Amino acid sequence: MMISSPHAHDRSSVERTMYLVCFALLPATLLGFYLFGWPAINLWLLCIAAALAGELLCLSLAGKRLSFALDGSAILTGWIIAMTLPPWGPWWLAVTGTLFAVVIGKHLYGGLGQNLFNPAMLTRVGLLISFPLEMTTWANVNPITSATAPGFIEGLRITFVAAPLTDALTGATALGHVKTALTASIPSSVSVAEIFTLKDALTGFTRGSLGETSALLMLAGGVFLIWKKIIQWYIPVALIVTVAVMATLFNSIDSERYAPAIYHLLSGALMFGAFFIATDPVTSPSNVKGQLIYGAGIGLVTFTIRTWGSFPEAIGFAVLFMNALTPIIDRYFRPRIYGYNYKGTPLKAAKE
Amino acid sequence: MLMKFKVRGGVHADERKEQSTDKPIRVLGIPPLLSIPLSQHAGLPAKPIVTEGQHVLKGELIGATAGDRSASIHAPTSGKVLGIGRIQAPHPSLLSYDAIHIEPDGLDTVYVPENPIDPQQLSAEAIADLVDGAGIVGLGGATYPAALKLKAGSRQNVHTLILNGSECEPYLTCDDMLMRERAAEVISGAQLILKAINAKQIIAGIEDNKPEAIKAMQDAAQAHSNVEIRVIPTRYPMGSAKQLIKVITGREVPTGGRSSDIGVLVHNVATSFAVHQAIYQARPLISRVVTLSGQALETPQNVEVLIGTPVQWLLEQCGGLLSTPTRMLMGGPMMGQILPNTGVPITKGASAILALTEEEINSAPVSPCIRCGSCVQACPMGLLPLEMARHSRADDYDGANEFGLKDCILCGSCAYVCPSHIPLVHYFQFAKGKHRENQIQSRKGEYTKSLSEARMARQEKEAAEKAAAKAEKAAKAAARKKASSNVEEV
Repeated sequence: MMISSPHAHDRSSVERTMYLVCFALLPATLLGFYLFGWPAINLWLLCIAAALAGELLCLSLAGKRLSFALDGSAILTGWIIAMTLPPWGPWWLAVTGTLFAVVIGKHLYGGLGQNLFNPAMLTRVGLLISFPLEMTTWANVNPITSATAPGFIEGLRITFVAAPLTDALTGATALGHVKTALTASIPSSVSVAEIFTLKDALTGFTRGSLGETSALLMLAGGVFLIWKKIIQWYIPVALIVTVAVMATLFNSIDSERYAPAIYHLLSGALMFGAFFIATDPVTSPSNVKGQLIYGAGIGLVTFTIRTWGSFPEAIGFAVLFMNALTPIIDRYFRPRIYGYNYKGTPLKAAKE
Repeated sequence: MLMKFKVRGGVHADERKEQSTDKPIRVLGIPPLLSIPLSQHAGLPAKPIVTEGQHVLKGELIGATAGDRSASIHAPTSGKVLGIGRIQAPHPSLLSYDAIHIEPDGLDTVYVPENPIDPQQLSAEAIADLVDGAGIVGLGGATYPAALKLKAGSRQNVHTLILNGSECEPYLTCDDMLMRERAAEVISGAQLILKAINAKQIIAGIEDNKPEAIKAMQDAAQAHSNVEIRVIPTRYPMGSAKQLIKVITGREVPTGGRSSDIGVLVHNVATSFAVHQAIYQARPLISRVVTLSGQALETPQNVEVLIGTPVQWLLEQCGGLLSTPTRMLMGGPMMGQILPNTGVPITKGASAILALTEEEINSAPVSPCIRCGSCVQACPMGLLPLEMARHSRADDYDGANEFGLKDCILCGSCAYVCPSHIPLVHYFQFAKGKHRENQIQSRKGEYTKSLSEARMARQEKEAAEKAAAKAEKAAKAAARKKASSNVEEV
């Protein structure tokens, strides 16, 4: 019997938290299914199944309650991985990636709540480095209702037989296109105009992973989570503001070389990362000051890698980099305690 | 008046106060047996001064103060002392403690003190002594002897008496009802306290979810120029002295210090009412208003009960239980104690008896911490409960202290919002106890070390003295020898 107060509770739970995040991801996911058809659905199912299988395996090995597998955390990890993969990617990319996240990224550290790094981002970065070709082959937008879209059987073939996709079916993401253009000395102002339109970026009719499609739906999901008090605004806002400020600053210095802020904010997985990845509670700081620093840090690293690094998208790297700093941020940035000043020394009693 | 200062953290729990406020306070009769515990206050138990078979009158002293933070106890009605025996304490530990058992004679004959007093002419000291004599303790829950606070307050430079009418715990409405029905007495008591501590103004803080109480207090305060009724936001733990002081004065009590360090003193409205009764009616603290509530209870209400009344009898008088409660509590749901059974008596600190159903408690198995930071946001003290729990679990109490354990007020806001249902308060209570134990151990160790060092030093000194004496003796002997030989030579 639990003998200590309080004897009331606000009815929150880990399950509620996890499933509300899944719910917030649903609109963007459904849009992704629509845009990329059956292969995307297959990949998503594979990720969720692999996550559950990995979770059950680890829980039973660790002698923990198997019902923890349904706490939503494993499903959410699988779901987020599905949103970071190329929608027409092969099955083994999804399965190995998800198992890596759940078994090594999460359970080897001690399970839920114990991992230092965001498991989904470990997978994303691990796969990107190990399988650069598969991870950067982006299918064209081909809505499931269109005549040219692969049917169910064709979808299975794409996912499981994994024949290389022909060039006609694929292309570059906006970020990738602009990055490649720069190496060919084509100014950003030109390349951005070639591939980036505000309307497509907002609605999501653009090549990329499911998480890179509609900035608008991601934003809506994020606002929903803030409204439901599942996440707080500190990390996403600090992240987005940092990227916007950096982009505007450099764009105003040299608009030929540096893309404008709106392009940075709406392309790639910035919105997805800001609201769904960076806000992972386990791997981010636990108080306001720390969260602001953490969010700004991710924004800074993302912009830096996107602009001067060799990878077109950098949210994954930036999140892992700041994950590593989280313990130290938590150590040095804490709330002021009642009865102390901001330096942490006790307040003085009134002079009599 | 609107609130001036913001309180940080805290939670807005389901209030569930309306169930027990639709009826006036019901004054309950005399039970067939009273068991008055000797230990109803923060400090040492009172010393019984009655013997078995002795007849006592209502209000007569039956237990005298005995040392550190002790408070006296009085017979709640007239009757025969059956004896002094062990009874189960209203605490989940199932420990027992001593109580004086009285069989009421039903006459309720009042004990009349020898020297009647004139309340208007009392000195500060006399008020404090009378409060001491009436066995009044803080009725908000801390049960710290009120007289000690008055005496300490008079020595310091206290300018403001804050009356705590916030009653932030869910379900609890005993202070609310007291203010609605007996506001004039509450303020009269506060004036006495004000005089005892030589302060200048009274500010009563009442949460904005009690409009009737606010109105009643405002009406009663009309006649007093030094009383202000301050409406404060409803947010748990507003009733904690530290949080209340911050909201009302904008200042914080320095860590490790007392509220008098910043010139304020906080007393609960029920305590203030008890002071009024003690001085104007010569009635010591022998009864209190108790909230009965919870979904397992037939008729939630507020009752004025004699101290020592068995909870079981109390429940029977008030309609009994609808269903078997999942948990019986003494006090509010946020900081109350589990009642092991209903055989325990009502004590001075018992603000409520709650019979809660599973639906109200919403207990769930504990999941791992997901570091969501809800507890950090909810903490009204600015602590990091998740880190404190992590260190406490690893028996690292110094580590837990570094993240704020020693400043933790055990309000339970963190555990209330924890999605993983981690029993944080449980950890912190345990860790605080352990830390104290370790400190006592290390102090003992240091004392032993200092004793043995002193002994060694003494032994060395003695040895040195002995050696010196020996050397001196030898030198003298040599000198004498030399002298005698010199004589011979002469």
